[in-house]
Amino acid sequence: MQESVLQAEDLDLLIQAIRGEGYQLLGPVLRDHAIVYDKVESAADLPRGWTDEQEKGTYRVKRRDDDAYFGYAAGPHSWKKFLQLPRRPVWRAQKGNHGVAITEIVEEAPAMAFLGVRSCELHAIATQDRVFVDDKYRNDSYANRRAKLFMVAVNCTSAAATCFCTSMNTGPEITLPSDLAMTEVIDGEAHYFLIKSGSSRGERVLQQLPVKPAIKDQVQRARNAVERTAQQMARGPRSFDSSDLKALLYRNYESPSWDQVADRCLSCANCTMACPTCFCSTVEDTTDLSGDHAERWERWDSCFTGDFTYISGGSVRADTRSRYRQWMTHKLATWHDQFGRSGCVGCGRCIAWCPVGIDLTEEVARIRELDKS
Amino acid sequence: MVPDPRPVGNTARKPKLAVWKFASCDGCQLSLLDCEDELLQLAEEIDIAYFMEASSRQVEGPYDLSLVEGSITTEDDAQRIREVRAQSHALVTIGACATAGGIQALRNFADVEAFTAIVYAHPEYISTLKTSTPISAHVPVDFELNGCPINKRQLLEVISAFLHRRPPQVPAHSVCIECKLRGNVCVWVAHGTPCMGPVTHAGCGAVCPAYNRGCYACYGPKENPNTESLCHWWKQELGASNAKVIENLRNFNSAAPEFDAASRRQEEQDDQE
Repeated sequence: MQESVLQAEDLDLLIQAIRGEGYQLLGPVLRDHAIVYDKVESAADLPRGWTDEQEKGTYRVKRRDDDAYFGYAAGPHSWKKFLQLPRRPVWRAQKGNHGVAITEIVEEAPAMAFLGVRSCELHAIATQDRVFVDDKYRNDSYANRRAKLFMVAVNCTSAAATCFCTSMNTGPEITLPSDLAMTEVIDGEAHYFLIKSGSSRGERVLQQLPVKPAIKDQVQRARNAVERTAQQMARGPRSFDSSDLKALLYRNYESPSWDQVADRCLSCANCTMACPTCFCSTVEDTTDLSGDHAERWERWDSCFTGDFTYISGGSVRADTRSRYRQWMTHKLATWHDQFGRSGCVGCGRCIAWCPVGIDLTEEVARIRELDKS
Repeated sequence: MVPDPRPVGNTARKPKLAVWKFASCDGCQLSLLDCEDELLQLAEEIDIAYFMEASSRQVEGPYDLSLVEGSITTEDDAQRIREVRAQSHALVTIGACATAGGIQALRNFADVEAFTAIVYAHPEYISTLKTSTPISAHVPVDFELNGCPINKRQLLEVISAFLHRRPPQVPAHSVCIECKLRGNVCVWVAHGTPCMGPVTHAGCGAVCPAYNRGCYACYGPKENPNTESLCHWWKQELGASNAKVIENLRNFNSAAPEFDAASRRQEEQDDQE
């Protein structure tokens, strides 16, 4: 499809056009010293001129030396909080004269639009789709929200030190479908978005904008910006060969590396909560004081808790060693057998948001090293 | 211990509730009074038979459910808790004092006689134990509800669960999960603020981090806590002093076995340095 140019000062027109189509717009905002995903009402809400510096167990926002709107990398939130709700009621039950009446709670799914979805995040959403929509245990709450979703994808033109999407073949260039896809270009005085639609809904929005057909030079500058990001990651410390991960982890259930990581791991579950593909949830059944009213709620759960594998007699995975091993082996290896893809999209959230800086790529490297010896 | 399988509310009469106080500040009992809207319903479902904080009416035991606040700091109380246990079908401890010795368990790390000599004009009148210990150190406990103070929602959940013979939904995971559920930005990672959340039992709803403060571990250790790793990172990466690490392990749950052992290890390191 022909690409167009939207000037940066017209970004708000895009936002208002999407809102005008009846979508609740969600996107990046600066809050509590982090770039999080929340409601966006105008371009003024966006973290213009802000970026982040990320390393193991640390994340800091800082000023950029330009006015980029999307000059940041994956932050503490992922889009899953809007699709797989952290908590939601599943059913309510009422005891009456004629037994117990159970009412399933079916939410009217909101029409949401995500602004600024990165390539790794498109892959993450596709990974969750595979679990919640395409698999036999369909989650209607997720599926209904997903069905209405409008996505504005944005190519990455800078990467955090924790990013490794090039190693997982999930970025930085947008390759999966979205309604609109953009690349932000800042070059001297020029500040524009290269934009193209990927759906009829996207096309309808695009037609409302004062865009001009892109000339070859404008397209090339955008390509160069994404290519530079890919090179930045490929040269970075977290670049690694992921092609043999499944076989590597399958033959290393007893690697001494699991004991070493367990010494550090807090089993706090931050990695799984921050991960955009971790999909586990539990249900909590409660009654009120009278016992006449009961409710079931679904909420995010984690393989790092004792309750996760609690069965008669205790937890199957009582120690941290077995919990970390389960998480990483599932994410990088058994996920392939279960869903035909890796569970990791290389966004680096588990690295930055681990309080004690456990780095998935380092753990892979250590297992590989010990595997050789 | 394994909970008594007999339902609490299995008789025609209303189940009898008793609320007991030991060494404590009364704050957890107040959480029950603080229920306000639910208090009327609670009174409909159960007979509040003994609750001196709320009423001078005293109905004799036995009681179907006893809520116990406070720790054991005197010989008299060590005897009294046995009497409470004997007349209670189910016994639930409420709060950090009853569950982990409370702030007064700081005496466990010091010389209590030296304290009394400084504080009281006539220390010979003071009859107290050298330690403050949780209820579970003296009698079997059916369920321990953490918190300083406890969360009233969790208290109602525990009472409902015992009334209707189901497991209470009181997860023992970290405060971090509560932070993530409510969308808090991690104060540790994003601000460099030392936070006890990764080793602390959930229950408060991650109140402090929601207001950009580190967690103070009011709810005591979570299941399977790794205090060593947390302390190491606090000191190496977040610039916390050994004293600060020990202070945070010795807040309201200093006698919880995991925090007690961790703080003593930190103290040994302090001595070596």
